[in-house]
Amino acid sequence: MADLSTEFVGVKSPNPFWLASAPPTDKAYNVIRAFEAGWGGVVWKTLGLDPHVVNVSSRYGAVQWNGQRMAGLNNIELITDRPLAINLAEIRQVKREWPDRAMIVSLMVPCDEASWKYILPMVEDTGADAVELNFGCPHGMSERGMGAAVGQVPEYVQMVAAWVKQHSRLPCIVKLTPNITDIRISARAAHAGGTDAVSLINTINSITTIDLDLMAPTPTVDGKGTHGGYCGPAVRPIALNMVAEIARDAQTAGLPISAIGGIGTWRDAAEFIALGAGNVQVCTAAMHYGFRIVDDMISGLSNWMDSKGYKTIEDFRGRAIKNVTDWKFLNLKYDIKARINQDLCIKCGLCHIACEDTAHQAILREKEGQRHFEVVDDECVGCNLCMHVCPVDDCITMERVDDGSYQNWTMHPNNPMAEKA
Amino acid sequence: MARKETGDIAAGRLTSGQLAENFSDVAPPLDRQRALIEASRCHFCYDAPCIQACPTAIDIPGFIRAISTDNLTGAANKILEANIFGGQCARVCPTEILCEGECVRNDPEDKPVEIGALQRYATDWVYERDVQLFTRAAHTGKRIAVVGAGPAGLTCAHALALLGHEVEVFEARAKSGGLNEYGIAEYKVVNFSQREVEWLLSIGGIRLQHGKALGRDIHLSQLRREYDAVFLGLGLGGVNALSLGDAALPGVRDAVDFIAELRQAVDKAAVPVGRRVVVIGGGNTAIDAAVQSKRLGAERVTLVYRRGADAMSATNHEQAFAQAEGVHVIHYAQPVELIARNGVVAGIRFEHTRIEHEKLLGSGEFFEIDADVVLKAIGQVLQADGLSEASVELLRLNKGRIVVDADFATSLAGVYAGGDCVGGKTDLTVQSVADGKHAAAAIHAQLTQA
Repeated sequence: MADLSTEFVGVKSPNPFWLASAPPTDKAYNVIRAFEAGWGGVVWKTLGLDPHVVNVSSRYGAVQWNGQRMAGLNNIELITDRPLAINLAEIRQVKREWPDRAMIVSLMVPCDEASWKYILPMVEDTGADAVELNFGCPHGMSERGMGAAVGQVPEYVQMVAAWVKQHSRLPCIVKLTPNITDIRISARAAHAGGTDAVSLINTINSITTIDLDLMAPTPTVDGKGTHGGYCGPAVRPIALNMVAEIARDAQTAGLPISAIGGIGTWRDAAEFIALGAGNVQVCTAAMHYGFRIVDDMISGLSNWMDSKGYKTIEDFRGRAIKNVTDWKFLNLKYDIKARINQDLCIKCGLCHIACEDTAHQAILREKEGQRHFEVVDDECVGCNLCMHVCPVDDCITMERVDDGSYQNWTMHPNNPMAEKA
Repeated sequence: MARKETGDIAAGRLTSGQLAENFSDVAPPLDRQRALIEASRCHFCYDAPCIQACPTAIDIPGFIRAISTDNLTGAANKILEANIFGGQCARVCPTEILCEGECVRNDPEDKPVEIGALQRYATDWVYERDVQLFTRAAHTGKRIAVVGAGPAGLTCAHALALLGHEVEVFEARAKSGGLNEYGIAEYKVVNFSQREVEWLLSIGGIRLQHGKALGRDIHLSQLRREYDAVFLGLGLGGVNALSLGDAALPGVRDAVDFIAELRQAVDKAAVPVGRRVVVIGGGNTAIDAAVQSKRLGAERVTLVYRRGADAMSATNHEQAFAQAEGVHVIHYAQPVELIARNGVVAGIRFEHTRIEHEKLLGSGEFFEIDADVVLKAIGQVLQADGLSEASVELLRLNKGRIVVDADFATSLAGVYAGGDCVGGKTDLTVQSVADGKHAAAAIHAQLTQA
């Protein structure tokens, strides 16, 4: 039985599964239910200064894809809409009752030193384990100079991180917004400000759908809508890349990362941990199915680790980082060809039409007058498209056919900048 | 209900509540969510095998994709432009031997996409909202007579009207639809056949005359004189006889009559059914008669077929359905004698059979089944009376069917025929539709070429 416990910026938790700062962590009732279900920690929904914000009615828009609900979710909810004192009291109570779970408090206050200096001691006083700085929410609060409005300016990120480190002994996690052009700049700024860790990604600015009857975006509030934060399975590939970029950046290498973005299963979590994340934060999947999903996340990760011989999270954390590289270092000599397993083929023709219309005309559709799909090796460039469109698992596989030699773009004769051998 | 030794035939064996349930939709429609999930199961095959399995070549992956985008007008258009009886076929087609039978998802660990149910989902939308999908071409001034308002005749009429011709349809019975209206179990087509015909006729250019039988009220020679072309979609009005001297024995009747009576009955509780029913035959008519007898409250229904299950023209699905409904199926037995008592049928005597060198032989072993009602479902035949008038040169028939060429032209110039009366590849509604459609194209070509 693998040991799933983690220590992240000095904060211990029994497993790497935290609930992200969001509606599921808005109050003691929910958080206690989450801990009862087995979650390793929570990031309490973002606190702000009183008077507390107010929220609108209708807050979520969802993308349904191919019959699947909530392939992506967008929200226009703001930070907590309860008084600061109530939240602080509940945080104190829950942390006292659940001392073995990580209790992180998300914060968002105006971008001045006094506001941060004011709120930090109160949070520290609750017994919380760390603070997470919400520099990410792209909607609502950003109009008021907070959230993503801070996260999009590297100088502000660095400045606020420094204030927090100066005015609190609590570990600091800076939550990064993906609504920028290069995530490394934000991470470097947080690092320069002295943060103990970063967490990412916050939600992506988005409009989920347009209601074509109302002629308005969803979620629709009395006929109008606004851009909101996109999350859920659809954003995971973007989050994976951003985590990898920070993990392999020389300036931020080794900076602890709490990964967020469409994580709903143990496998998702393992992928982020393989890219260096010290733990993961979950929201949309819990909002879709309830806190009980952590059960399979725990047993699934543990069983997978057992099958691989990993005894602790650290045993495989970051193992994929070295294999994330720049395009120019990919081996141009590597050559693979599609292989269609005729016993598994159901003859749907999708590989043929994908290749014929949009790729390399490398799959024949007929043999001796019969419906039959076969690869023409001379035309196949090994792009994998057929393998992806094939509805049958393992029916189309890729076979390596090169001689094992190596040449990348930096060495290639077609590259005017090629390094001379 | 008191039991009678013989002639135990009575109406109202079940409560009206039970009957309402028994004759409600046997395969209820998909709602939007279920339709979207089912549509998402379609692989959208290229050059899809399901299309090739459909006699009317509906673009099945195309209409399913349209369903998945909520483009139901587009989906229905794809279906109905290929098969104007797409709604009926969605309900009654033996999809397991046609489109769904060829679906690439047929696998022991998978199941085919429910094409029939999806087709119903898309077409119902059109009928419910009375969406008109088609616009007639400019008037051509040509007039065509269609005899028979069944699937073949109405398909031909619709296609011709669409092309701008004027069509007169002559129908012997009181309602249109042919077997859709008179020959199919109610629970497969609840409240549907007339609605479908109404929608089909709404295109305009089609005039329907009921109560007009060929050879009685109208005559082929007259139609040929008065119209630019004639299409015969006569169906098979006659039935095969048992040849057991059954002509007038009370309790013995044709299954098609029983089915028609039941379909037309406003109150199912008023339809008499035997306590013990024996159905003879192995086709879908036999199955429909047997299952409906059971659903009317018959105590025991036995279906007897002279050959094995494989030889039945009823599909495996239909056979399994009958057995699940409690119909007792006996294979390899042929009727040899009706047993009469008190002037009514009291039972029927069968001989076991076997196949030797592809020939059916009686085994010399006999058994009897008590019966209050015997329903004969041993095939329908062409009623040739209306075709043999002296004034026209002879319409060529072969083995009881009208002979047609690849364009559905008969031996008489300007006279075309399709559907069951020509005996195509199958006796299915969808085949009649395909015939009517192809004949219309040929008629149009002939009329516009001249």
